[in-house]
Amino acid sequence: MTTIDIDHTSRWFGNVVAVNDVTMRVGPGVTGLLGPNGAGKSTLINMMGGFLAPSTGTVTIDGTPIWGNEQVYRQIGVVPEREAMYDFLTGREFVVANAELHGLDDAAARRALATVEMEYAQDRKIATYSKGMRQRVKMASALVHEPSVLLLDEPFNGMDPRQRMQLMDLLRRMGDDGRTVLFSSHILEEVEQLASHIEVVVAGRHAASGDFRKIRRLMTDRPHRYLVRSSDDRALAAALIADPSTSGIEVDVQEGALRIQASDFGRFTELLPQVARAHGIRLLTVSPSDESLESVFSYLVAA
Amino acid sequence: MYNPTVARLTYRALLGRRRALILFALPAMLIVIAGAVRAFTGLDDKIAADLLGGFALATMVPLIGVIAGTGAIGPEIDDGSIVYLLSKPVKRPTIIMTKLIVAIAVTMAFSAIPTLIAGFILNNNGQQIAVAYTIAALVASIAYSALFLLLGTVSRHAVVFGLVYALIWESLFGSLVSGAKTLSVQQWALALAEKVAGEGYVDATVGLPTAVALLVAVTVGATVYAGQKLRRLTLAGEE
Repeated sequence: MTTIDIDHTSRWFGNVVAVNDVTMRVGPGVTGLLGPNGAGKSTLINMMGGFLAPSTGTVTIDGTPIWGNEQVYRQIGVVPEREAMYDFLTGREFVVANAELHGLDDAAARRALATVEMEYAQDRKIATYSKGMRQRVKMASALVHEPSVLLLDEPFNGMDPRQRMQLMDLLRRMGDDGRTVLFSSHILEEVEQLASHIEVVVAGRHAASGDFRKIRRLMTDRPHRYLVRSSDDRALAAALIADPSTSGIEVDVQEGALRIQASDFGRFTELLPQVARAHGIRLLTVSPSDESLESVFSYLVAA
Repeated sequence: MYNPTVARLTYRALLGRRRALILFALPAMLIVIAGAVRAFTGLDDKIAADLLGGFALATMVPLIGVIAGTGAIGPEIDDGSIVYLLSKPVKRPTIIMTKLIVAIAVTMAFSAIPTLIAGFILNNNGQQIAVAYTIAALVASIAYSALFLLLGTVSRHAVVFGLVYALIWESLFGSLVSGAKTLSVQQWALALAEKVAGEGYVDATVGLPTAVALLVAVTVGATVYAGQKLRRLTLAGEE
């Protein structure tokens, strides 16, 4: 059982603050680090992996600082996001080299390759591997020493659905074994399927932490905005505002459209077509205007 | 201070890349030129010394040093694959020392051995010229490897800086400004060659004690500094 503690940690690059006063604890089980691109997920993982010094604050593993301490790698396995590996080696040679660097023998490498089901291609050069195969060999290299902590930066990027499911199964098993598994992703569904615990970062800040159901609710319960065009905007607006599921409507004369804010997502989506039909109004456009992940996240930050 | 796995990966990276072709091409060129010179002019100690000093030591050794020294670590840092070495319980200075030893071995193999062969082709080691320049090449291999390994650790443009140092500083400034010669690996190596070869065939501008002191200082200093740099190396990711 190993715990990583991030305590009042910030990291800046010149004038850019990548991580801003984050405090979080990552314990046994699978934790998802969720946030839009550029939110500071990689910076956090790099600090937890000992590849980046915190500008202020501390990042520790069971109380021991990670930065500048190569002994922590006896407990930590890292799966980097970057593709580059030793392409001139075969998969087996690469994993064996990683095992040797841990002072382990070929048997450890064989076990790791079996765990990720890469034995069938282990004698091919890495240069010939697909993205998913590379990802699995990277996994094997991080697993050779059976670490108690596994850090993965965007591990599902570029994987096909079957590979994604295999990797999820593997990570779930590792979490059930009591290992501390942390992976980053910018895709909510990925995190939701795998992680029992979620940490959300947005713009370098720690936005939310906890059970995924709680976070999911926060995300679906937020006010939804729609852009609607119809044959009679004002009549539609009048009819909609009468219902409590609609919390605000703006008539945008220049655009020739309504900007509607719905507070009850489920009820509003049923209401809109019914109201239009009852009043003989034709709906020309109905489009959600802030479904981008960034707006979902920024709502979370404000909550 | 030596890790056989790091060494194996470094050898394969150095000799497996396209750049490695230059490692083979330059020595081949030297030997072909030596053969041609011998065929046209016969045995000539002066020409032998000029060719080994002017081409082998002044051009070939530093170029091979640049390729082996920067190539032993630069590409790994550039593409981020160094993370697989850094995420292991291996001391960072050990990684640097191992890579230095590999770079030295490769530079020596591809510069000192061809120099010796070319020397024998040119004048059968008359006046000890072949041996003198081979010793110079061996010593220069150590200092160049340490210097260019450090460059590869601190800069993304290590090859360019390495070439600028090897070709412009040592060759151009060295011949124009006498002070620049004091700070030149080539001149330090020549100081050793001068002691071995017959009188008047090798001309070094630096005294032997100064040369040895500077060689040791540069090699040790560069290696220690590279080890420090690697310990503090940050991988910023792609955000």
